[in-house]
Amino acid sequence: MSELLLPPEHRYAKIIKEKLNEDGSELSVLNLGPTHPATHGIFQNILLMDGERILEAEPTIGYIHRAFEKIAENRPFYQITPLTDRMNYCSSPINNMGWWMTLEKLLNIEVPKRAQYLRVIVMELARITDHLICNSILGVDTGAYTGFLYVFQFREKIYEIYEEICGARLTTNMGRIGGFERDWSPAAFEKLDTFLKDFPAAWKEFENLFERNRIFLDRTVNVGAISAEQAMAYGFTGPNLRAAGVDYDVRVAHPYSSYEDFDFIVPVGKSGDTYDRFCVRNAEIWESLSIIRQALDKMPAGNEYHAQVPDYYLPPKEDVYNSMESLIYHFKIVMGEVPVPVAEIYHPVEGGNGEIGFYLVTDGSRTPYRLHFRRPCFIYYQAYPEMIKGALLSDAIVILSSLNVIAGELDA
Amino acid sequence: MALENTQIQDKLTETFSSSVFNFQEERDIFSVETSADKITALILFLKNDADLRFHFLTDLCGVHYPDNEIDRQFAIVYHLHNWYENKRIRIKVYLNGEKPEIKSISNIFLSSNWMERETYDFYGVNFIGHPQLKRILNMDEMVSFPMRKEFPMEDSGRTDKDDRFFGRTTTNC
Amino acid sequence: MSDSNINMVAPPEGVVGEGYFATKLNDVVGLARANSLWPLPFATSCCGIEFMATMASHYDLARFGSERVSFSPRQADMLLVMGTISKKMAPILRQVYEQMAEPRWVIAVGACASSGGVFDTYSVLQGIDKVIPVDVYVPGCPPRPEQIVDGVMRLQELVKSESVRRRSSPEYQELLASYNIS
Repeated sequence: MSELLLPPEHRYAKIIKEKLNEDGSELSVLNLGPTHPATHGIFQNILLMDGERILEAEPTIGYIHRAFEKIAENRPFYQITPLTDRMNYCSSPINNMGWWMTLEKLLNIEVPKRAQYLRVIVMELARITDHLICNSILGVDTGAYTGFLYVFQFREKIYEIYEEICGARLTTNMGRIGGFERDWSPAAFEKLDTFLKDFPAAWKEFENLFERNRIFLDRTVNVGAISAEQAMAYGFTGPNLRAAGVDYDVRVAHPYSSYEDFDFIVPVGKSGDTYDRFCVRNAEIWESLSIIRQALDKMPAGNEYHAQVPDYYLPPKEDVYNSMESLIYHFKIVMGEVPVPVAEIYHPVEGGNGEIGFYLVTDGSRTPYRLHFRRPCFIYYQAYPEMIKGALLSDAIVILSSLNVIAGELDA
Repeated sequence: MALENTQIQDKLTETFSSSVFNFQEERDIFSVETSADKITALILFLKNDADLRFHFLTDLCGVHYPDNEIDRQFAIVYHLHNWYENKRIRIKVYLNGEKPEIKSISNIFLSSNWMERETYDFYGVNFIGHPQLKRILNMDEMVSFPMRKEFPMEDSGRTDKDDRFFGRTTTNC
Repeated sequence: MSDSNINMVAPPEGVVGEGYFATKLNDVVGLARANSLWPLPFATSCCGIEFMATMASHYDLARFGSERVSFSPRQADMLLVMGTISKKMAPILRQVYEQMAEPRWVIAVGACASSGGVFDTYSVLQGIDKVIPVDVYVPGCPPRPEQIVDGVMRLQELVKSESVRRRSSPEYQELLASYNIS
């Protein structure tokens, strides 16, 4: 069978032949993906199997390569936010805010405290949705569909909050240079309050369902473990790195958007296995909830939601129709004719999966000269073949979902 | 004691003399420039030196400058990060436009493997010594390098963007 | 069951008498097909996440007879293409379509699957109708779950009224031939 699948010069062919000569055992080649239903996205792995055990894996990626970076070079700064949405679509607001903060760094804009706190709230909500999807899907892959069905209701609640803020559910395209496009409605705060009341109990139940569950423990403990040294060598960041015991978090290392005002712990695991990744994400959800509460408590009074930067911040529509000055600003911003300094900027934010970096090179024109996204998934997915070596086939699926590799971010 | 720019600069000048140059603090990241043949030595030094300890490769990417002189048409940009001191550094290397070549650092940082493949895929920069330098995101059959500035963004085969449908041709036939 | 509010599908037009019910075969087959469409989710990106929401508790696509998500193309009736299809992915999409048994229907969910969406780039297929025939297009980037459900219901309408002979008609063969699918 395996000869049919592989060209004879493929490196697997040699291994198969050697093994056959050595002890007569026959290895097989299995093509996992790119449309395998259990892989949540399109990843292809050609596996060399000894029975149920994986000996070698060869990943192919790029199946949804959409050329974000090429598009970014051809679009004014404003029009790049929708691209960042579609990169990690499980936590779009983090990407949006990361992009705005990059531009604010470029233009030296100070964002008012209240807008910063609002950003923190929405970013932490996004982190919750991201981890919630990852952990509930991990549940599905280990055979517990219930958890997924239960907690997805609460993801809908977060989407309702997003809708109150910006009108969209998934690909939010939220915010502007200097803050938000509009102030949050009272309904948004109301929904946030309800969410903060109801969600903890449900999440506790979800945790209880898994944390000491015999089946779940058997499927995840010591599965797909990666040591801290290896994780760092492979460029891991975010929860996957923290599960291996390294407490690197961009929110702490380079506090942005006033993260330094909040008390939170950076949860770390010990062994870097699937179970630790699950637990770190769970713990981060609790921390996110606490950060949101703190932000609501400390929220400065007033209704300031954006910086006063008429050069870059779109004026309200009413003024555009009624005042000449606003109309000019509107025109200039929409046409991308605003002055931009020549600079090179690298701005990292802590995304759902790790350090999302924006490396922006400008030449003073209306579009970025070069915009490179540091995509955590792309960088740590290369460790996947190493992690599944020697694992069972069914474990490979569990490891993949615990890494939370998002295809959109992987392939850019 | 935090790692200061001057300290890094002194150390690098001491070891590499004039082949590491153009020191500057660009916004919040200290950046240096080096020549293509010194890159592995420099990165190894930054990684292993007891004071510098830039042990984490954050990012690696290419930039195309077709308007520069021929020897500076491609730039490879490395971002390293020292987590102990929380210090970042940016290293830039300019390459020849006709034959972009640079030594691979994939044996120093495992994570650079795919990033170098991506850069090769986008710009056609040849990373010497890379274990598996082939396309990663685009199709293997592709011949051009899409992130070079001269490569068009849009799909040439698209039919619904015919100028005639938008009244953009003079005859409008 | 008397106190439940389950909605039964209305029977097709026909002649009712004592002990018998006469109607057209077409209608009965259409009715059966339309209310047991097994979806094959071909989820590649963002729209796939919205499809997850569609299948999950809040929106529950199972209400429309799509309880079983068929991950094997052989047992699926309705191919839901959700997300960007790059040129690298196009041959695989086509292969999946070819593996499906007749009758098969295709819904292009979202702007990317319908037309390439915002990704008008060298690497993205500008709409899946370049490689396979599509029955229903669902607009949106991404469409809300309600829209996806609406798309499925529109498809149900199509399925209900489809003649049992359509799949062997020369027009249909011609359509497939135009895509080079035999």
